[in-house]
Amino acid sequence: MKSYSIFSLLRNALSYHQNWQAAWRSPEPKPAYDVIIVGGGGHGLATAYYLAKEHGITNVAVLEKGWLGGGNTGRNTTIVRSNYLWDESARLYEHSLKLWEGLSQDLNFNVMFSQRGVLNLAHNLHDLRELQRRVSAIRLNGIDSEILNVEQVKEMVPILNCSPDSRYPVLGASLQRRGGVARHDAVAWGFARAADARGIDIIQNCEVTGIRRDGDRVLGVETTRGFMAAPKVACVTAGHSSVLAAMAGLRLPIESHPLQALVSEPIKPILHTVVMSAAVHVYVSQSDKGELVLGAGIDAYTSYAQRGSLSVIEEIMASTVTLFPIFSRLKMMRSWGGIVDVCPDASPIIGKTPIRGLYFNCGWGTGGFKATPGSGHVFAHTIARDEPHPLNAPYALDRFANGSLIDEHGAAAVAH
Amino acid sequence: MLRIPCPYCGPRDETEFAYGGEAHIARPQNPATTTDADWADFLFMRKNPKGRHRERWMHARGCRQWFNVERDTVTHQIVTVYRMGEPPPETPR
Ligand SMILES: Cc1cc2nc3c(=O)[nH]c(=O)nc-3n(C[C@H](O)[C@H](O)[C@H](O)COP(=O)(O)OP(=O)(O)OC[C@H]3O[C@@H](n4cnc5c(N)ncnc54)[C@H](O)[C@@H]3O)c2cc1C
Ligand SMILES: [Zn+2]
Repeated sequence: MKSYSIFSLLRNALSYHQNWQAAWRSPEPKPAYDVIIVGGGGHGLATAYYLAKEHGITNVAVLEKGWLGGGNTGRNTTIVRSNYLWDESARLYEHSLKLWEGLSQDLNFNVMFSQRGVLNLAHNLHDLRELQRRVSAIRLNGIDSEILNVEQVKEMVPILNCSPDSRYPVLGASLQRRGGVARHDAVAWGFARAADARGIDIIQNCEVTGIRRDGDRVLGVETTRGFMAAPKVACVTAGHSSVLAAMAGLRLPIESHPLQALVSEPIKPILHTVVMSAAVHVYVSQSDKGELVLGAGIDAYTSYAQRGSLSVIEEIMASTVTLFPIFSRLKMMRSWGGIVDVCPDASPIIGKTPIRGLYFNCGWGTGGFKATPGSGHVFAHTIARDEPHPLNAPYALDRFANGSLIDEHGAAAVAH
Repeated sequence: MLRIPCPYCGPRDETEFAYGGEAHIARPQNPATTTDADWADFLFMRKNPKGRHRERWMHARGCRQWFNVERDTVTHQIVTVYRMGEPPPETPR
């Protein structure tokens, strides 16, 4: 792989950018691999990269039924933060945030990670107390987090309607300054390029249609491009996790729901931070292109359609213009949906299964983009050593039978 | 937006309804002897199929009755609707 730098940019400018090397190969699938990763989203690609980098395992294929990042990775509102209430979550998401902080350098790919701060608004006394509790817990875990009063919020986001007469008055907010946003496609592409450079085969347009096993041991996967053998198969398929589990005769505590987002026409810089409100389910930031990026709540029903109902969008737009009256005349340009894999406790499942050599990493639901590097890192460890990393040990599937749930539903505020 | 035919009131917009998840999940008959794994299965594990799904809805802003719907989770087509306690109708695939 030729490294990206100011010199390579200049050199390629001389030939009108016609001769850039492809960012990754498109190899023919081999009949057998040491590890097969199903799902070419950010989490699957990060898993592949860390398998090679941290564990020296490079005879690996990543199989993707569509194109890289075409699932939730390329459809999300890209909020990155680690201000989670429970210790298990704080550790896992903070591990990820630390990896984000060095990711562009590590991958030699600009993932445009922008630590512009994430605000979580309080609209009533209860919200405020809940945020204070959360901030205290987060600080005890050594993670940056602070409470702003309404004057400080106004100063940071002057366009926010903080009038006491507002339908949703703002009483204060929590702020994580190290939080922010990143460029979602770049995350998929950066991990793909770096994994490919270490010899990993990335195979697109290859759907896994079956999981072959011998008793309680996995043998490989059936795909639209034939059978591929592997002693270890790792499924990282987000909204399709239940479908993959069913192929192996397993049941998961997951339901797949549409989650929608939309962007406005581009405007000049006006919103310099990420604003989230759990109570009215608004989360908004401004992209570098100038579009406002807004996310909705999940549709109530289960779906695999990558689209949801307009009523959900209407609801969050009503709240958005109440909080930001200045946005009321903006045109919305595009809306879309992803399929998110929601777990009962709003925490992921990362680990082994009752079938030897079969691993699952799923259940990230509405909030897994921020965890992409950390998730890949601990999952690679789990696969390489056949035992969980200490950070993902609490996230085993059997927590649903033994009752040790990690209940982030209310705790994490808006779950994105 | 779904248009759901309430078996009591007729077709109405989705916004009048509340979703109740997978239908026909039976509570374990004998709680004292039910294992942790079986409880977990009852409480948390779901079929979550890609395709036909039997699920419960409630006409929350209407007659407030619960009923069952068979819906395709890929096309969102509603295949059939039947009342609580009725067996699921045979539907052509
Ligand atoms: C609208 C929206 C907003 C969101 N906002 C945020 C946010 O602000 N912050 C945040 O942290 N998270 C957010 N999320 C959640 C986040 O996007 C996901 O948790 C995360 O991207 C999941 O990454 P992944 O790699 O596991 O899944 P995906 O990117 O979905 O990748 C899974 C891949 O598996 C492939 N696949 C499925 N079945 C098969 C098969 N049989 N064979 C081969 N390949 C298969 C799919 O095609 C897909 O590419 C949001 C999600 C959505 C939809
Ligand atoms: Zn009715």
